[in-house]
Amino acid sequence: MSTTKPVNQKAWWLVLPVVICVAFSAVLPLMTVVNYSLQDIISPERRVFVGTEWFVAAMRDEELHGALWRQLTFSLAVLAVEIPLGIMLALSMPAKGWKASAVLVVVSLSLLIPWNVVGTIWQIYGRADIGLLGAMLQKMGFDYSYTGNATHAWITVLTMDVWHWTPLVALLCYAGLRSIPDAYYQAASIDGASRFAVFRYIQLPKMRGVLMIAVLLRFMDSFMIYTEPFVLTGGGPGNATTFLSEYLTQKAVGQFDVGPAAAFSLIYFLIILLLCFILYNWMQRVGTASKEGAGHE
Amino acid sequence: MFDWMVWTTPVAVFFTSIALMLAGMTVWEIKSPTILRKGFLPIATTRGDRLFIGLLGAAYINLAFVGLAGKFAAWFQLEQEPSVWISFAISMVVLVLVMRKG
Repeated sequence: MSTTKPVNQKAWWLVLPVVICVAFSAVLPLMTVVNYSLQDIISPERRVFVGTEWFVAAMRDEELHGALWRQLTFSLAVLAVEIPLGIMLALSMPAKGWKASAVLVVVSLSLLIPWNVVGTIWQIYGRADIGLLGAMLQKMGFDYSYTGNATHAWITVLTMDVWHWTPLVALLCYAGLRSIPDAYYQAASIDGASRFAVFRYIQLPKMRGVLMIAVLLRFMDSFMIYTEPFVLTGGGPGNATTFLSEYLTQKAVGQFDVGPAAAFSLIYFLIILLLCFILYNWMQRVGTASKEGAGHE
Repeated sequence: MFDWMVWTTPVAVFFTSIALMLAGMTVWEIKSPTILRKGFLPIATTRGDRLFIGLLGAAYINLAFVGLAGKFAAWFQLEQEPSVWISFAISMVVLVLVMRKG
């Protein structure tokens, strides 16, 4: 490196507005949460530094452990259903013409409905007396009740999430599929590749990027699910559908206890940070591995 | 000046050290750019990745420690729960280990 270009570093100043915005909207609030998590704040004048007390309380809270397991199971179930279903939906959607536009509109409809309305829709839909689904299941001989039976409540919340969010996965996959050049399909048909081989070796690898976004988005969103189960079941029956954020709200924010709430939030934040880091790296690795594999063939 | 936000000294110390770490990493990166390498961690990492993993690990070690401190006291028949400074020391050792060998 004998001849280096003179570099003008003044452009860094242009980043300053963003830095200030992010500092005020994200970094400082997060620092505040850390600060609150170490204190018992009765009022700004009356506050006690309690050290790790709230963290100790949170870490030894059996109900929190329960909510965490329920949450993990729920999020994994969401991924296990929505990702394959979304891919299948995207594969069966028409590629061009008026049909494609029509299907896109229909598929994306559920994404336009606000969360609390989705909860209300399903609450009525599942009711045994006036709801279409609930009444039909009753007529068919199933004693279905999402308010009384924990399993039913759980399945209803899962179905609601699938109903609400599978279209997002489908749309992302659809976008991925449309970006595959025709030449790939032509080459495959010359080689006499089966439908499954086309999916496995052309469509799936080409969808890797969008699938990664879909998995991360769905995992994050389902991990932070609040409004829909709150409206549908209110966390019940018992605490069968009390997921993490619901529990957090019940225990901490509802009582205006900022200390424990802050400690909870930080633990929650750390869990999400770790899971996203693992997921991201895992998907990156799957991607590089399949690329290397393709190089050898 | 910052009294109304009830800031405390330990939090200030915590964030100052984080900021110093980030600044230090930036200077280090400019002086000698990092090389992607593979240590005992299952993925190839840069220096920044290892700092992130180390800090995240440190947070988890401390959380696990305060969660289990009651059990530790029972197992080792201590009169009171062990100090969080022990887990802090362990987590810093882990951080250094991840940075050097990860």
